[in-house]
Amino acid sequence: MIKVEGLTKKYAGLTAIHDLAFTVEKGEIVGFLGPNGAGKSTTMRILSCYLPATSGRASVAGFDVASQSREVRSRVGYMPENVALYPEMRVQEYLEYRAALKGIRGRTNRQRVNAVKELCGLRDVERKLVGALSKGYRQRVGLADALLHDPDLLILDEPTIGLDPNQIRQVRQLVRDLGKRHTILLSTHILTEVEMTCSRVLIINQGRIAASDTPEALAGRVRTAGGLRAEIRAPAAGLESALAALAGVRKTEILPLEDGWHECRLRTDAGHDPRAEIARLAAERRWPLRELGQEQVSLERVFAEITQAGEI
Amino acid sequence: MLTFLTLLNREIRAFFLSPVAWVVLFFFLLLTGFNFYAGVAALNRGPSEVTVVEAFFNTIFFWFGFILVLPLLTMRLFSEEYKMGTIEPLMTAPVRDSQVVLAKYLAAVFFFIVLWLPSLLYFVVFQQVTKLDAAGAAGPYIGAYAMLLLIGLFYLAIGCLTSAMTRNQIIAAVMSFSIIALLFFTGLLTFFILSVTPALRELTAYFSALEHMSEASRGFFDTRPVVFYLSLTAFTLFLTFHVFQSRRWRS
Repeated sequence: MIKVEGLTKKYAGLTAIHDLAFTVEKGEIVGFLGPNGAGKSTTMRILSCYLPATSGRASVAGFDVASQSREVRSRVGYMPENVALYPEMRVQEYLEYRAALKGIRGRTNRQRVNAVKELCGLRDVERKLVGALSKGYRQRVGLADALLHDPDLLILDEPTIGLDPNQIRQVRQLVRDLGKRHTILLSTHILTEVEMTCSRVLIINQGRIAASDTPEALAGRVRTAGGLRAEIRAPAAGLESALAALAGVRKTEILPLEDGWHECRLRTDAGHDPRAEIARLAAERRWPLRELGQEQVSLERVFAEITQAGEI
Repeated sequence: MLTFLTLLNREIRAFFLSPVAWVVLFFFLLLTGFNFYAGVAALNRGPSEVTVVEAFFNTIFFWFGFILVLPLLTMRLFSEEYKMGTIEPLMTAPVRDSQVVLAKYLAAVFFFIVLWLPSLLYFVVFQQVTKLDAAGAAGPYIGAYAMLLLIGLFYLAIGCLTSAMTRNQIIAAVMSFSIIALLFFTGLLTFFILSVTPALRELTAYFSALEHMSEASRGFFDTRPVVFYLSLTAFTLFLTFHVFQSRRWRS
């Protein structure tokens, strides 16, 4: 559905994205992840034909975004990061106008407007002036607008930003439902959102694709060079030296808990799992051990690892 | 075509849904009404060579209102969309750049026409009340209003151009006002230059809106100003189109 090759965008003196290449297949829900300023919005704006690329090619549904821009635009539903609306129009009026602009006229116009109003929960504000809407409702109007022409591809730039927790949940549910019929590319920096909604993650950092995989596979990649967590009652100094002496342990961190218990966090090298040794060690020295396990790797850690190239 | 009509409809509605339009209409009518009154009052003082129509279209009041109001009509066309960010949803819809430019321009032209329509009433009322003819023939009416429209077309295109250049409405207004004033006062240059050669006078007369209007409101028809204004309008709109397109590369 999306094919991007060697895409580069330079603003005056600044390279926003550099030689980007990725593809999105029909039916995928792809989460576009990256720190602020990584180039997410720029990429999305190029794909929705708002900005031209400096070099490289991008196509949507087989149409080139530069030379067949109107073909692309009629197939893409784009929701910008800041949903900007004409404040003097009413919600109903605005949606009717947007639908007409996208070539939906006559009876179909009414039908589509009603359908997206239903879908996005805009029934009770249809008579309101757009300028008087709260941020949450404005976001929904933006989403409704993107859905009007039943596009093949939905590009949503941070669709849940500025929403309250309930609305966030609704939007995520909506995205999951839409994903059954549409291809979706959504950007966010909320990682749980990606874990909950996306079938694939693209991590972009400093204008380059840093990783592309399913959320689970990405987490697994970090787990191989993973972390262990143990709770042991023992003197801190002895504990630290004993654990550090184990094979494959890269780093230890001892945090005091109550009653002489300590929480030990270990970073291990890939391929090492010293859990059995830790259990044996505790038994030999008669240190009570009440918890021992592998840390659940969240996408957050993957993200931090990939974008900061620092220690996990 | 349907897309264009959708755009035009929204642009025209944007004019009439904003309070600015009504305030402009109100004060503009006040100004032209006073101008008409002053014209008639001046003619009352004694015999004169000019007709009421000629008097109406050639006063300082008329020109002042005319060139001041145009930048106000056009300044928001593009600038407001840039500033509010509504340009993004607009241009990610399947529309052509040329459709957007033309819709915005024609909406401004439409409002400009609406602005002047009530002034036709002045002459109707004048005729009813005084049982006198305001011009003597249809020529001056047609000439004056046609020239009004022609000059308006060009100056509105200038406003369109400056609005497409900036996201700041005030900058757009100041720029278009300055350009319009410069063009307009070229015609007055001959008053300030001491040694005016006939060639120079002829040249400035060719550019002078004052001259054009004074001729037209006497019922003279000249094709030169028609060509002059229409070609400049087309050229300015062409520039607007390119400035509008280039904003993507500049952003």
